[in-house]
Amino acid sequence: MSSAPTPKQGTRPVAVVAFAQSPSQRRIEQANEVELLMPVVHDAYNAAGMTKDDIDFICSGSTDYLIGGPFSFVTALDAVGVWPPKRESHVEMDGAWALYEAWVQLQEEECDVALVYGFGKSSLGDLNRILALQLDPYTMAPLWPDQVSLAALQAQAMIDQGLASEEDFARIASRARHNALSNPNAQVANDKSMEELLQDDYVVAPLRRHALPPLSDAAAAMILVAGDRAFDVVDRPAWITGIDHRIEAHALGVRKLTESVSTTKAAEVAGVNDGAVDIAEIHAPFAHQEILLRRAMGLDESTTVNPSGGPLAANPLMAGGLIRIGEAANRIMDGSASRAVAHATSGPVLQQNLVAVLEGAS
Amino acid sequence: MNQRCAVIGIGQTHHKAKREDVSIAGMVREAAVAALEDAGLDFSDIDAVVVGKAPDMFEGIMMPELYLAGALGAVGKPMFRVHTAGSVGGSTAIVAAHLVATGIHKRVLTVAFEKQSDSDAMWALSVPQPFSAPLLAGAGGYFAPIIRSYIRRSGAPNDVGMKVAVKDRLQALKNPYAHLHLPDIDLQTVEDSVMLWDPLHYLESCPSSDGAAAMVLVSDDVAAAQEKVTGRAPAWVHGMAMRSEPTMFAGRNQINPQAGRDCAKDVFGQAGITNPREELDCAEVYVPFSWYEPMWLENLGFCEQGEGWKLTDSGATALDGGDIPWNCSGGVLSSNPIGASGMLRFLEAALQVRGMAGEHQVPDARKALGHAYGGGSQFFAMWVVGTDRPD
Repeated sequence: MSSAPTPKQGTRPVAVVAFAQSPSQRRIEQANEVELLMPVVHDAYNAAGMTKDDIDFICSGSTDYLIGGPFSFVTALDAVGVWPPKRESHVEMDGAWALYEAWVQLQEEECDVALVYGFGKSSLGDLNRILALQLDPYTMAPLWPDQVSLAALQAQAMIDQGLASEEDFARIASRARHNALSNPNAQVANDKSMEELLQDDYVVAPLRRHALPPLSDAAAAMILVAGDRAFDVVDRPAWITGIDHRIEAHALGVRKLTESVSTTKAAEVAGVNDGAVDIAEIHAPFAHQEILLRRAMGLDESTTVNPSGGPLAANPLMAGGLIRIGEAANRIMDGSASRAVAHATSGPVLQQNLVAVLEGAS
Repeated sequence: MNQRCAVIGIGQTHHKAKREDVSIAGMVREAAVAALEDAGLDFSDIDAVVVGKAPDMFEGIMMPELYLAGALGAVGKPMFRVHTAGSVGGSTAIVAAHLVATGIHKRVLTVAFEKQSDSDAMWALSVPQPFSAPLLAGAGGYFAPIIRSYIRRSGAPNDVGMKVAVKDRLQALKNPYAHLHLPDIDLQTVEDSVMLWDPLHYLESCPSSDGAAAMVLVSDDVAAAQEKVTGRAPAWVHGMAMRSEPTMFAGRNQINPQAGRDCAKDVFGQAGITNPREELDCAEVYVPFSWYEPMWLENLGFCEQGEGWKLTDSGATALDGGDIPWNCSGGVLSSNPIGASGMLRFLEAALQVRGMAGEHQVPDARKALGHAYGGGSQFFAMWVVGTDRPD
């Protein structure tokens, strides 16, 4: 008889027991967010052998700024069918933070099973313009700095400090898209060598085309169960043994862009280095950020990074972080990893970061 | 709840039509600093910050909490952003309280705000969405037909809504933070004000406000320690609950939503309350349009169905002479920084049981309800707070 590992945070062990996602695509025109989400939610129910009646708490992550109207989460919730009425909440954050809220709720005895989902269609607008509206509205947003240029500033700072090279970015992109060949949900998968990728043009120097994530439309859903009941659902639940998230100052000028102190702190609290890490799914939309985040979490060469291909292979806004946790959980559930780390990011140039440690039962 | 959670710090801005003197950061900081001073704590004492506001389009900033990390002292800490429509101020307080009740954190700062003058909420609410029923002309246009249906079902006389509008505005005169101070208001001025959405007159509707609300929520041991420092008693969370239901489906009772009834049953169950009218001393309930007072009186079980308007009509819900005063602060009808409106209900309930409500204090209030709702009256958040630490 297996037993749940003792979690580092909280008092009640919580596990991922099912994860589902839609294949990421550049532009899905034949389905709206709800139509994208619903099959995924039902895939998660089916994988767990559950219906909506088994769910005690629902939490979702999405942003109104993709759809361009208020309350994008409301129509999604309507489709999930919260009837009879349910305990439910929504974060204007990536689905990874919706998972965090669900994990908190599951610490309490009256809540045993939670549904978490995140969805985003990046194709509806110009993401470079939209994400500029995340910046300080008085001093930054009026200048409309785009996310690629901000990431390029960070990448150049890394090169200037000798922390990385353009070859490193190409090597990471090559590996990510190669890994994506075995991921049916990935959007960009190929077998190009580092040398080939270095022939790409710059989008914003020093970032060439390959160092940028694709624009993706997708949805993801997950079922969490608290306590030993998780063993009734799957043989190897992916136990969340550590989880934490931290934010940094917003202004780029007061941050050291080549470090991610918030990731380091979250990784420390979540206990990333309390044991060997088999795989890590890192939410690094730009190639250079993988190097930075890997260092921030203290992961060495023994850890396989982004076996799914990661955000360089599929990057749906608002679901990308939750997908990292789901991909890590899948590898625990299928037995290919015994200890995994998942990371999610939000805000301009890695302002806010979440780190989770997932483990199989001993 | 695994552990006890107490409110030891409360802060809010003076709510106004336009706060042109401060940025959003300056405005939220005003409320946060006031809450920390009340608690006898500093930003550096806080473990996590939970922020709530209504749709980002209300100010035109995507995820503004990212830019507010510094102003709210969240740098290096967990910062969380809740958005559950109009109920968000209440939901945000509940998300924050769970962080304490589960033992994950000991001192949590929660802040909710809206700076409506930066944009136009009515416009933001009226953006047509493909395949969705249009929410024409803002929230009032959505709720007016539901109110008309309530009047028809209950047989309420037409002036009950106007009585709520007068009562809440007179109560707001005792709250220095309230946006609207209308000393000369009476039934005639309400009736003479322009009809916006039949049966709602202009003066039966909430204002558009700029404002922020903040609370410091702490664990048992911190509450005891800080009470020794500040000499101010905490408000204890006796119960908290959230419920949601779909916006529309055949057979949905939009006048008396099931989610509201379920949420009330849950929160009163946790607080050991069987008769809210008798056992509570007051309530701060989300009434953005006058008629929602009698409607929520029924939905929350303060009376039988169809009887809510009789309570209002008899003066039972008035601070002056009523047995169960509702919205002593003036309520949403007097101050409506949308994202903060729910949290204002929650913190006003806490002020009452701490005996710190000033001129609008209900004498010896020991148990109070804070309530928020949102969307198409489909999202509900409630808490019961008390003077006594629950067993």
